Amino acid sequence: MNTNKKKAWLYLLPAALFLVCFLVYPLIDVFVYSVEEGYNFASQTYFGTGFYNFSYVLHDPYFLQAVKNTFILVIITVPLSTGLALLISVGLSSIRPLRDLFQTIYFLPYVTNTLAVGLVFMILFQKTEYTDGLVNLMLGWFGAGPVDFIDGPYWAKMFVLCFYTIWIVMPFKILVLTSALASVNQDYYKAARVDGTPKLRIFTKITLPMISPMIFYLVITGFIGAFKAYSDAVALFGTDLNAAGMNTIVGYVYDMLYGDSGGYPSYASAAAVLLFAIVLTITCINLLVSRKKVEY
Amino acid sequence: MKIVLEKLTKTFPGRGRKNPEDVTAVDDFSCEIPDGELIALLGPSGCGKSTTLNLLCGLESPTSGRILFGEEDITDLPPELRGVGMVFQNYALYPHLTVKQNILFPLENRKGKDRLSKEEMESRVMETARLVQIEELMDRRPKELSGGQQQRVAIARALVKMPRVLLLDEPLSNLDARLRLKTREEIRKIQKKTGITTVFVTHDQDEAMSISDRIAVMRLGVLMQMGRPQEVYDDPLNLFVAKFLGTPPINVFEGRVRDGKLYIGEEAVLPAEGLADQEVFAGIRPEGFILQEDGPLTCELNRVEIMGRDISVIASHPACAGQTLRAIIGAESKVDTASPAVRFALKPGKVLLFDRETEERIRF
Repeated sequence: MNTNKKKAWLYLLPAALFLVCFLVYPLIDVFVYSVEEGYNFASQTYFGTGFYNFSYVLHDPYFLQAVKNTFILVIITVPLSTGLALLISVGLSSIRPLRDLFQTIYFLPYVTNTLAVGLVFMILFQKTEYTDGLVNLMLGWFGAGPVDFIDGPYWAKMFVLCFYTIWIVMPFKILVLTSALASVNQDYYKAARVDGTPKLRIFTKITLPMISPMIFYLVITGFIGAFKAYSDAVALFGTDLNAAGMNTIVGYVYDMLYGDSGGYPSYASAAAVLLFAIVLTITCINLLVSRKKVEY
Repeated sequence: MKIVLEKLTKTFPGRGRKNPEDVTAVDDFSCEIPDGELIALLGPSGCGKSTTLNLLCGLESPTSGRILFGEEDITDLPPELRGVGMVFQNYALYPHLTVKQNILFPLENRKGKDRLSKEEMESRVMETARLVQIEELMDRRPKELSGGQQQRVAIARALVKMPRVLLLDEPLSNLDARLRLKTREEIRKIQKKTGITTVFVTHDQDEAMSISDRIAVMRLGVLMQMGRPQEVYDDPLNLFVAKFLGTPPINVFEGRVRDGKLYIGEEAVLPAEGLADQEVFAGIRPEGFILQEDGPLTCELNRVEIMGRDISVIASHPACAGQTLRAIIGAESKVDTASPAVRFALKPGKVLLFDRETEERIRF
């Protein structure tokens, strides 16, 4: 190793040390925990090693519920929020007056506290003894009966959770997509105009391919973000998510560590490793697809 | 297709507090472009030549005036109905499509009875590709092409719909010097072969003079002069046109007409019979100097540049408007570089006089 290379490693050392301490070590530790059976925090002891933790987690109905919830959330919110964001950004970039105002309005959710938004959603959707909530009031106008969105049927709760998630993640997507749209060279549109290209064809054949790298970026980060959802559910349904049947995988991990049924770091680690595997798989699929579709 | 521009004016409204003034990009532009000719719109940047092209193309609509293709008034027609092909300065090739898909794009836009069958489109695309010699590049993407190749693809895309008029915006500005020479020949060749009326915009007078049938020199939105390149070079209407055309540029002196003679400094350099006594600008083309030991114009010799084919004599004169003047003389002439001064005689046809105030040409 020559001096220059040694120097380079020396310069990298501080950052590398931090990374190893706070990223690599915990990651490995999680894997280690996940195979240590019956690990006890207090006594720092365990019975043996093996895959029992995984088996337990995979047979735990709460975990299965959490996986189901998470997948529903991901499958509904990622395409919907990206699609809506695309629609809104295209709309935003094609209007001139009041564009800044609209942009600000659409961006507001991004800077608003999640829990505060959750509270507002609860007020909008919750049915109590005193009031049916604003949404139910509006449903009433169309003759639909009041539904308890917060403590009621599963689909109603899932609807609120998805609605809330989309509302929260949309501003960032709109921000990214409007800037992507703005960075498309206007000459392409001029060329298309001279050639008499119909509007829809301009959108599908020029605009979409041009911003496709950004769309895929949003889809990938959207998937990852949605798989890690937790605080959204807490904001709406409180901390006892298992009871509400609205737990997510991350929520399950938290409950296993610190919840009422907590104190099981081994199970938590096993669930975390499973989540890691799921996210990794989905992201790899995403990348493979995008390599085929995003062509330049 | 003959193109007629009638009193074409384009004014852009002022924007905001910083630029409240309206900007007139094209000002009362009238001209007639004969069928099948290659026309260069020439001028410094900001002279309105690109705006004129956009007006022709339909990307901008004029504030007043009319545009006719043949007898048809197309002033209010949208670009797609005008039958124009446009090549953009950066080519605007769609990066995600192959060369073939790029050229096919305008044809695929058509609907209804205008739409060609698949085979017709295919053959039209191949025909156009042959014309610009890119048949072997059809499956590449634009970023895998050189600048010159991209340029040809862009021309093919403009030509494939068989436009009545071909418009090129600074077609050579993105190419390196050698490719520029080659490409301009090619543009000329393609234009000749198709016989399509072509207008191209450039700020490079060399480019404009070398390939166009006619050049239109513009300044601040106003058409200064239009004519065949040699005519405009030999017979400019004003000092601006004289200065803009020619490399090296024309040498401008502050001169004076007295008693039927042109004086530069204290020396009478040329007879100027029939002219009233007045202050003038005298423009002398670099090739208008003759090295002569007893010539009437005495200049201080700065240096000599040997070009092989000819010699550039760089000299200075107190009445010269530029820093130095440049004379081009035959390579066989001997310049005494040791001598502090150099004397020239002048070729009468290469000396142009302009009014000191209006900068309009004074003929003599």
